[in-house]
Amino acid sequence: MIDIIVDVTLLAFLAITAVAILRMTNLFAIVMLYGIFSLLSAGLFVVMDASDVAFTEAAVGAGISTVLMLATLALIKNHQKPSYKEATPRAHRPWLPLAVVAITGAALIYGTWDIPGFGDPNAPAQTHVARYYIENAVPETGVPNIVTAVLASYRGFDTLGEVAVVFTAGVAVLLLIGGRRPRSTVKQKDERGQDDA
Amino acid sequence: MPNLILHVVSKFLIPLIIIFALYVQFHGDFGPGGGFQAGVIFSAAIILYAMVFGLDAAEKIIPPYLLRILASLGVVIYAGVGVASLLLGGNYLDYSVLASTQIAGQHLGILLVELGVGITVSAVMLIIYFTFAGRGRE
Repeated sequence: MIDIIVDVTLLAFLAITAVAILRMTNLFAIVMLYGIFSLLSAGLFVVMDASDVAFTEAAVGAGISTVLMLATLALIKNHQKPSYKEATPRAHRPWLPLAVVAITGAALIYGTWDIPGFGDPNAPAQTHVARYYIENAVPETGVPNIVTAVLASYRGFDTLGEVAVVFTAGVAVLLLIGGRRPRSTVKQKDERGQDDA
Repeated sequence: MPNLILHVVSKFLIPLIIIFALYVQFHGDFGPGGGFQAGVIFSAAIILYAMVFGLDAAEKIIPPYLLRILASLGVVIYAGVGVASLLLGGNYLDYSVLASTQIAGQHLGILLVELGVGITVSAVMLIIYFTFAGRGRE
């Protein structure tokens, strides 16, 4: 019972945050709301007993990516341009996008009818290799946290690839904006004016 | 613009954040957490320092060239564990051959691999933050 209340509350807050993000134009406030959105998702993962995922979401989604977006924001303007609709009134009719969204949403909801219930032991996801991990992870690796055993040992190749992706991201950032600033970007800085504060 | 409250509070918080990161790193076998989360939390401590005390002060603690070495070192540790298990007669990333028993080998392998993940993730997060923040400085 309490789970349902917590679920409904968190999901309602998620929806409210999403709508607020859509309607805002102040990028600083939007970045803050992104952080709140991630924190709420982390709360949902905790309710679903996925504490490792919740931990990652809270640390990466709510923590670091907020900081990185703020660092990006310090380089650009703080305000979104007026939306397409406001710029050219009457040129844009919402019916086609609305129909696309409604049909897609209806198809997705129709798709959920066949999804097994939450935590169903006979769900396809639970009958493939999950059973092997649950039965053998502790005797084979001696690691009580099965998530760690799967992540680092059984799926070591996958995690190695993830680390390589993180490393590549760092290299890419260094290559793109890391080195000495070329002269052409000095002009951008002047246009930015007093946004530094 | 020095802000006394921010300075005092962050000086108090940063050691705790780093200890928590180390706990998450090395306790990942037993509780929630692991290299990814620990690396992010550790870099959060340094980023907090950089935000409060300035980028130059933070780059004195961890210079950018060191970060580049660390980012590569983590991947090398991870891939090196795989090569070590190859040399010891197992499959790539099969930790069971790393120590005398399978359990001890798996423990050692997972510990080293998670360490590699943590080093790379924290170094890359700091590289990204320093790079972005460094552009606003000039």
